Amino acid sequence: MNIHEYQAKELFKKYNVPTLRGHIAFTPDEAVKAAQELGGNIWVVKAQIHAGGRGLGGGVKLAKSTSEVREMAAQILGMQLVTHQTGPEGKLVQKVYIEEGADIKKEYYLGLLLDRALEMPIMMASTEGGMAIEEVAHNTPEKIIKVSIDPLTGFQSFHGRKLAFGLGLPVEEINTFIKFASALYKVYMDHDAEMIEINPLVKTGDGKFLALDAKMGFDNNALYRQSQVNEMRDLSEEEPTEIEAGKFGLSYIKLDGDVGCMVNGAGLAMGTMDTINYEGGKPANFLDVGGSASAETVAKGFEIILKDPNVKAIFVNIFGGIVRCDRVANGIIEATKITNVNVPVIVRLDGTNAIEAAEILNNAGIANIVAATDLADGARKAVAAAKGE
Amino acid sequence: MSILVNKDTKVIVQGFTGKEGTFHAEQCIAYGTKIVGGVTPGKGGQEHLGQPVFNTVAEAVASTGATVSMIFVPPAFVSDAVMEAADAGISLAVIITEGAPVKDMMFAKAYAVKKDMMTIGPNCPGIITADECKIGIMPGFIFKKGNIGLISKSGTLTYESANQVVKEGFGITTAVGIGGDPIIGLSYKQLLPMFEADPETHAIVMIGEIGGDLEIQAAAYIKEHITKPVVAFIAGQTAPAGKRMGHAGAIISGGAGTAAEKMAALEAAGVKVVVSPADIGKAIAEVMGK
Repeated sequence: MNIHEYQAKELFKKYNVPTLRGHIAFTPDEAVKAAQELGGNIWVVKAQIHAGGRGLGGGVKLAKSTSEVREMAAQILGMQLVTHQTGPEGKLVQKVYIEEGADIKKEYYLGLLLDRALEMPIMMASTEGGMAIEEVAHNTPEKIIKVSIDPLTGFQSFHGRKLAFGLGLPVEEINTFIKFASALYKVYMDHDAEMIEINPLVKTGDGKFLALDAKMGFDNNALYRQSQVNEMRDLSEEEPTEIEAGKFGLSYIKLDGDVGCMVNGAGLAMGTMDTINYEGGKPANFLDVGGSASAETVAKGFEIILKDPNVKAIFVNIFGGIVRCDRVANGIIEATKITNVNVPVIVRLDGTNAIEAAEILNNAGIANIVAATDLADGARKAVAAAKGE
Repeated sequence: MSILVNKDTKVIVQGFTGKEGTFHAEQCIAYGTKIVGGVTPGKGGQEHLGQPVFNTVAEAVASTGATVSMIFVPPAFVSDAVMEAADAGISLAVIITEGAPVKDMMFAKAYAVKKDMMTIGPNCPGIITADECKIGIMPGFIFKKGNIGLISKSGTLTYESANQVVKEGFGITTAVGIGGDPIIGLSYKQLLPMFEADPETHAIVMIGEIGGDLEIQAAAYIKEHITKPVVAFIAGQTAPAGKRMGHAGAIISGGAGTAAEKMAALEAAGVKVVVSPADIGKAIAEVMGK
């Protein structure tokens, strides 16, 4: 789960990670009010969406008067902001963050994430603030300084010194930096974060460090104990079909092909998409029905898949383990009664009680259900059906 | 022969009396696994499925001589259970539970390593040595005895692969579901040498997926140390970047962890990589010279 910049900064403030003062606004009027409350004569109007690259897409603007704040907010609110992370359709901007201006002397990058190979968090810093870190890593990897932080020791001053000297900070700034980095590590650990990115981290004219931007993602498995983070969830930033699928214990991700997939298990679900691709088709979605695959979940699965008008055929691929195939077969038949399935459904059921399941499907005599013998056969038939063959 | 577990392995179950623990422990016993007891704090002294229940893992180990624990406790209590097992001198913990927080596993794994306890999982189907010992939730009947070792991040792809291998006339020595979380216990790199050393295993199937770099590490290891033929499939060739594909660890981040890079690394290491998971069985037949 991800949160907005302004929400991440709320968490930062509680841990004394320095940020600028700012207010959230949903209308141009609120934006002006926010600017007036902040005072000063320069403000930044920032689109709040869950994607990076907002500045380049025209979602971050500098305003030098409250009338400019109004103008910029009016421009940005309601726009479909397109960045390299949103896809070509962009994301609707529903709120802007109005922030006071800052005297920026230099920009850096600072990030924290789990290093899966080391199985511990790593903190990364770079002098190339404002650039996409993936690009820096690719073009000039020597400009990224990394420290791994053993969870058993936690963040120590030496971690901070390694980063600070690596960035070439003057001695008198080292302690300020260490304090910043140490507080950030605490934010990360205390909230079960998966990732924190501050890009840019800025040094101001008076030698202070500030998080000018803030991006945070969290471990979904830990949300049960992170009530504060949970409250920050913005459902309007998520795919409605994915949210709905989640309510029924289904894991669904929309893709852009025409062969719908319903599979048990995440690995086999990905494998099924790959097989469809291999057979010359394009998968319309990822869908893991989980361990139960009951009539109700299968029906819901059909319903969600068919919300996508591109779907021309559905491939149901179930490998029955603890789940018995005969039950799944009955589930499919029941599901076709609950939901109107108007495209060919290719069904491959293997594993526990597969033979009984085949009989059940045959006897049901439902015209648009086609039986498949194995994974390859099912994928081939589904691809052909989607092509109208 | 086999790896890690066999017909003599003594197993306890943490979360023994819960719904999941009960159902699967029963299935394991029916398969022939030596389940010698279980742990449910507060229910010590009772009997469950014909086996003793203990309050602590330490008591269970002292009284039964168990060396392996199968863990079914709910996600919020997994790290505690793993650390208790490590503290009690268990040598292998098989963590079936899905949904454990990553931070918890980070601490639990670090402690397990310190205590010399191996772990498998979490979020995995477990481990099975065909016809001898099943510790987990996989349907046992698929795994006919044979000469193929199997390592997989995915449960259902484990069943799919084993099924294909059997249909080609081969069978399985041991199959290990290592799980698809960001932090897992034993991985390819630790399991491959075990299969290499097992005289009964003649070839190895390895199933990977997008996210992380365990498969890349495996490729480097195979190139240097593995002489037995390896067949691999990497799931998620068609997965979009930045999206989590069901498994917590199955995500392409910052352009890294793609199926393409893993497939290329494995191919360069001499592994027979199949593009379609439907070809795993055929590829095994090929490398086995049938």
